[in-house]
Amino acid sequence: MNLLYAVAFIILAPLVGGLIAGVDRKLTARMQGRMGPPVLQPFYDVGKLLEKEHVVVALSQNYFVLAYLIFIAFSGALFFSGGDLLLVVFALTLAHVLLVLGAYAATSPYSFIGAERELIQLMAYEPMVILAAAGFYIATGSFYVTDIAAFPRPLIVLLPGIFIGLFYVLTMKLRKSPFDIATSHHAHQEIVKGVTTEFSGSTLGMVEVAHWYETVFLLGLFWLFFAWSPAIALIAVAILYLAEIFIDNATARVKWGFALRSIWAVTLVLSALNLVALQYFGGL
Amino acid sequence: MAYMKRSPWIIHYDGSSCNGCDIEVLACLTPLYDVERFGIINTGNPKHADIFVVTGSVNEQNREVIRNIYEQMPQPKVVVALGICACSGGVFRECYNVEGGMDKVIPVDVYVPGCPVRPEQIIDGVVKALGVLEEKRARMKSGAPAEATV
Repeated sequence: MNLLYAVAFIILAPLVGGLIAGVDRKLTARMQGRMGPPVLQPFYDVGKLLEKEHVVVALSQNYFVLAYLIFIAFSGALFFSGGDLLLVVFALTLAHVLLVLGAYAATSPYSFIGAERELIQLMAYEPMVILAAAGFYIATGSFYVTDIAAFPRPLIVLLPGIFIGLFYVLTMKLRKSPFDIATSHHAHQEIVKGVTTEFSGSTLGMVEVAHWYETVFLLGLFWLFFAWSPAIALIAVAILYLAEIFIDNATARVKWGFALRSIWAVTLVLSALNLVALQYFGGL
Repeated sequence: MAYMKRSPWIIHYDGSSCNGCDIEVLACLTPLYDVERFGIINTGNPKHADIFVVTGSVNEQNREVIRNIYEQMPQPKVVVALGICACSGGVFRECYNVEGGMDKVIPVDVYVPGCPVRPEQIIDGVVKALGVLEEKRARMKSGAPAEATV
């Protein structure tokens, strides 16, 4: 049964993630008063990338990016099959480190700056993601996604601070303004293309597909806060993503220093308050 | 499958243009013309680009830059020369430092004259380039080199 969920995630997540990306681009265009591309545009893009000549700067970048895709898919599959949340978090970290290594493999200054900024991003959001796993444990008594999802009370009431902190970080994870410092989507540019500068053709296609996997996984993570009622969870996750699109269009990119400081300040204060309150007043 | 025509990403380089054509290129991205309707994205990275949109004429300082950008783009790729300067050197062709149009340095697939080119013409030129791009992809798939004339 659990394996079935994992397989379903690996097959369906790229389809769902690609559709979300397509709707995202359409809505972004509408917010800017444009027509926007077709909803299936992300699939056309990846299809096109697979048709392109495969230009490789350093041979090792192929393996790093492939490993990045595999580990993103693995951590998502582990999550949806109800596995250990801590393992999911660390597998995700490993995946991003592999992407950074792939960017470092090419000796290009643009790709280097992108890789360094990706590391800064990791440093910024990683404490929050681990604290979120800790928060789920303190609230439900288990690190297993199956148990957290089956928790009878609404977790959003027990973990509001963790929820807001995680939402603050989501902007960075989805590569959206104001925190899209390593690379971004759409027609925005960030020091050429940041971490993806030296990837082209099918390698870039793999980075895109990995991002679709990650989007679905992240929305799944937010689902847990509302898991006691799937209908509310679906609406909540949709509203969260719409809010992200709005924030993306309403804000300008900030400097990396501010991004790091503000994320640490907001997430650490909110989640610490939340965890302390949970210890003393509620939880188990 | 022909996804190539549905997702052309461009890189725009300003040779020694007066900025007239470049303003018109940017106008294509605004809500009025919105070329993202056709999946066109301005990437700013030659390694991600399919269409090299170039304005202005070739001079001694930019010929290496133009060739470098062109060579970094993965096949299949097309070059669109925008504006009369990129097509032939325009009014500057007799200048001591100007060599002429873009075809002095790289193979140009579509010429779009005008001073400056209108956004409608640019979109027309890029759509024409999509046909060439598709041809090159088909040629590449059959095992032949993407460029017909080598």
